[in-house]
Amino acid sequence: MLKQIEGSRAVAEAVALCRPEVICAYPISPQTHIVEALGEMVKAGALADCEFINVESEFAAMSVAIGASAAGARAYTATASQGLLFMAEAVFNASGLGLPIVMTVANRAIGAPINIWNDHTDAMSQRDCGWIQLFAETNQEALDLHFQAFRLGEELSLPVMVCMDGFILTHAYERVDVPTQEQVDAYLPRYEPRQVLDPAEPVSIGAMVGPEAFMEVRYLAHAKQMQALELIPAYAEEFRRVFGRDTGGLMHRYKMEDADTVVVALGSVLGTVKDTVDEMRDAGAKIGVVGITCFRPWPLAAVQAALAGAKRVVVLEKSLAVGIGGIVSTNVRTALAARAVPVYTVIAGLGGRAITRDALRGVFGAALADRLEPLSFLDLDRALVDRALAREREARRSGPLAESILRDLGVVAARAG
Amino acid sequence: MFQIRIHGRGGQGVVTAAEMLSVAAFREGRYAQAFPSFGSERTGAPVVAYCRIDEREIRLREPVLRPDALIIQDPTLLHQVDVFGGLAPDGYILINTTRSFDALGLGDFVKGFRAERRCTVPASDLALKHIGRPVPNAALLGGFAALSGRISLDSVQAAIREKFSGKLAGGNCAAAAEAYEHVKKESHAEAD
Repeated sequence: MLKQIEGSRAVAEAVALCRPEVICAYPISPQTHIVEALGEMVKAGALADCEFINVESEFAAMSVAIGASAAGARAYTATASQGLLFMAEAVFNASGLGLPIVMTVANRAIGAPINIWNDHTDAMSQRDCGWIQLFAETNQEALDLHFQAFRLGEELSLPVMVCMDGFILTHAYERVDVPTQEQVDAYLPRYEPRQVLDPAEPVSIGAMVGPEAFMEVRYLAHAKQMQALELIPAYAEEFRRVFGRDTGGLMHRYKMEDADTVVVALGSVLGTVKDTVDEMRDAGAKIGVVGITCFRPWPLAAVQAALAGAKRVVVLEKSLAVGIGGIVSTNVRTALAARAVPVYTVIAGLGGRAITRDALRGVFGAALADRLEPLSFLDLDRALVDRALAREREARRSGPLAESILRDLGVVAARAG
Repeated sequence: MFQIRIHGRGGQGVVTAAEMLSVAAFREGRYAQAFPSFGSERTGAPVVAYCRIDEREIRLREPVLRPDALIIQDPTLLHQVDVFGGLAPDGYILINTTRSFDALGLGDFVKGFRAERRCTVPASDLALKHIGRPVPNAALLGGFAALSGRISLDSVQAAIREKFSGKLAGGNCAAAAEAYEHVKKESHAEAD
């Protein structure tokens, strides 16, 4: 059914259609509306056999999800930013134990400085934790990825993180097609756990493993993620047949047929990128887009194939690996290891900084002319940076950095957009 | 694509206005996208929300930098925020005020815009009258329907009823209808 609703609401309805049995949650912006809506549905009795558990922290949220999943329940939670960091230890445990929890991450920056707005630093900080990570481009895809996430996670017995841009998607009203319960039931079978804590057949889960077998357990975690590379396209294809939509999969290609310049990005910025690419195509530029939907496991062969004809690659990423630059671009380079193709890293949109067509046109144009630095920062206010650096040269006690920069800007409180 | 930017203050229902406008457009079979600006969430702080309406899927996620229409929910913002930034000469301007453009000190400025595409409407007063609270968002959408002709009053009222229930829905629908009539009359007077 077509609806014009908030992204968070759409995701809540999608999760409800997946028939979760335990939802545990701790509120944090910009994720809160999702679990609030689910909480209301449980309270209203709209979700049969589902328990909603308010917990005291994100660490508890993931711990409860682990317990519920180990007991054979279909378990769901959602978080963002500092909340994801606070649950990090349990996040590794969920994947290490092979428990197919699904978690929405409403992507948001990590402090300090404190910032509640969107970028991908939270999800990227957990990229090696053993969870499958899927990134949504639109609210429709965010919705659809949840159906695919439960299916995939439960088949492999691995947890899945569905990442959607905080505020930009979670707080956006747009058209979504919410499927019927019958459609979802036909696509998502009942959860059949590989392991379950059952008093009738007692087992223990979570044994200590020494050097004699730890490597093998970790190897199998990797091997299972590699299996996801085959299952994800298969499930996306099946989804397309059932629901008629081309969402999910490993990646989306856009205007790639003759592209010699390729932009690689994740998440909602792809929309603005595509509009910019259309304009540049009209002006004769051979530019295309690869949108990565599945970031973990890293779809090496698919990226390699997609970039086979590229003469240059621009990786636009919403996270900064301090001390090296790009995270996504480091991954993209593994797909281009055998070829001397320039990979330009463009860090953009940190902490909710708007990514505009004007700015993208400038940076893509510079790439087409090979005038782009290997690492650049979209719309960086260089004068502001230079002032801060000068202050540090001039005085030993230069004071707190963020406060000084805000004073330079003449703002008394954070402002974004 | 038609782009609307709504300026107001925290507590005036600015974000809700953009959402309702998108719902109204959706009900008319169009694609619409509404989203808030990502600033501080405090009562009284300047707030901006955006709505895009198109006949095809909207992919763009940047803030509305070059609006086709402005709805200004609080005239005290005029001297604090660059509310007119990026507005084209053929753009629409709707301001919530009991005063005229001249009385607001905008007389000369708005001469650069088409007379039949700008209007003031006492939306807070209408809201007080119909819902007992000076929250002008729904009334302004009624006024916007009249000014722009881009959306019907029926669709605006249906969107209001989707967002609110009971007396609040009824009151907001009545405020929207009265603002609609007010703007129709004002812009006719302007055109004459």
